[in-house]
Amino acid sequence: MTLLNAIMLAGPMEQFEIMQIIPFHVGNLDLSFTNSSLWMVIGVAAISLFMFMATRRLSLVPGRTQSAGESFYIFIADMLRGVAGSEGMKFFPYIFTLFMFIFASNLLGLWPSIPGTPAKWHTFTPTSHLIVTFALGMVTFTLVVVYGFYKNGLGFLKLFVPSGVPILMLPLITIIEIVSFLSRPISLGIRLFANMLAGHLILKIFATFVASLLVAGPWAVLSILPFMGNVAVLLLELLIAFLQAYVFAILSCIYINDAIHPSH
Amino acid sequence: MSPFLLLLAAGAEAAEKGGLPQLDASTYPSQLFWLTVTFLSLYLAMNFIFLPRLGGIIEQRRNRIADDLDQAAELKSQAEEAEKTYHQALADARAKANAIAAETKAEIDSEIAAEQKKIDQTLNERLAEAETRIAAMKKSATAKVSEAAEETTAALVEVLIDEKPDQSVLKDAIAKVAP
Repeated sequence: MTLLNAIMLAGPMEQFEIMQIIPFHVGNLDLSFTNSSLWMVIGVAAISLFMFMATRRLSLVPGRTQSAGESFYIFIADMLRGVAGSEGMKFFPYIFTLFMFIFASNLLGLWPSIPGTPAKWHTFTPTSHLIVTFALGMVTFTLVVVYGFYKNGLGFLKLFVPSGVPILMLPLITIIEIVSFLSRPISLGIRLFANMLAGHLILKIFATFVASLLVAGPWAVLSILPFMGNVAVLLLELLIAFLQAYVFAILSCIYINDAIHPSH
Repeated sequence: MSPFLLLLAAGAEAAEKGGLPQLDASTYPSQLFWLTVTFLSLYLAMNFIFLPRLGGIIEQRRNRIADDLDQAAELKSQAEEAEKTYHQALADARAKANAIAAETKAEIDSEIAAEQKKIDQTLNERLAEAETRIAAMKKSATAKVSEAAEETTAALVEVLIDEKPDQSVLKDAIAKVAP
């Protein structure tokens, strides 16, 4: 009963709260190790362990883990080469890290928390925070701007002036292009953050329904319905965890392609 | 209930309690700091350890397969070469055998012809010999017939006229009757 009460009492937003685990301050900045930091570390550790296992005993005829590692490698490499050409391959380590980091964060955060443990030890999805996803979007954005100007000089500005547009429309189109370019990191960040937020909210709300029905006497039988709903949503969220990592990575590839080939 | 409504409801509730955790700016430095630390260390591990190793083995496999295909092509061309040589050798052998057969036949033919000639010659010789012998026998037989005729005639004449005819007259008379 206490468990169920805890589930019912916790609001749907509480799962996103950042909680200190190890306090750490530098001057005025609070850089404490939090539950978010913990799950970033767990994600990176899980990926590293996977990659370590995949590359531990390399052989021409790959084992199971090596095969899985190679599948990720080829999947991302083909995506990047397909979108940005072979010149884009110099960004392969970045895109690969980006995809794996987001995928691990999205996926591990779906693991159910152990009921009754303190809130700061609950599973947490770092990518459900806008500042994290926006920062990742900004990395891609900065990369595109810096590499675009480094590679093309001022020719990079051609990106904002599409060819074959009537001269009257050109100023308007250019403004639209600039605004859409500047909004890229925001849209990247919000898309991923909102997907994670919504998914975890629905899971939490269905779970609350299950708990409320379980303590409602004879109505407890009906709790199976939101429970089944939650199972379905969890499966959907597993798909979305992959899909949003993929979308983030492929959009980054497309933006990098703009830096390499700025003329439309 | 759509996710969007849920989000709104949750947002409203959170606003009552003091805002979305996502909008609490005091957590930003920590999140950005640890994001940088974890993301950067993952990037470095990927860039310097894992991806080169994984990419290396994929590349190696690709090369190995290409090498194997090259080798297979080479072996195939070698096999084709060998087949060609074999057919050539077979044709050569056949031609040689034909030549030998023809030569042998010609040799045997000429041998047969020589033998034939020899036999023909021997036969002709024997024929000629036989002919001379027959001629001689005919001659002697004729002579003997004449002699017998002479003797018979002489005997007849002696019986008829009781006179012994002259030898030369007899001869002439017989020659006149049977030359």
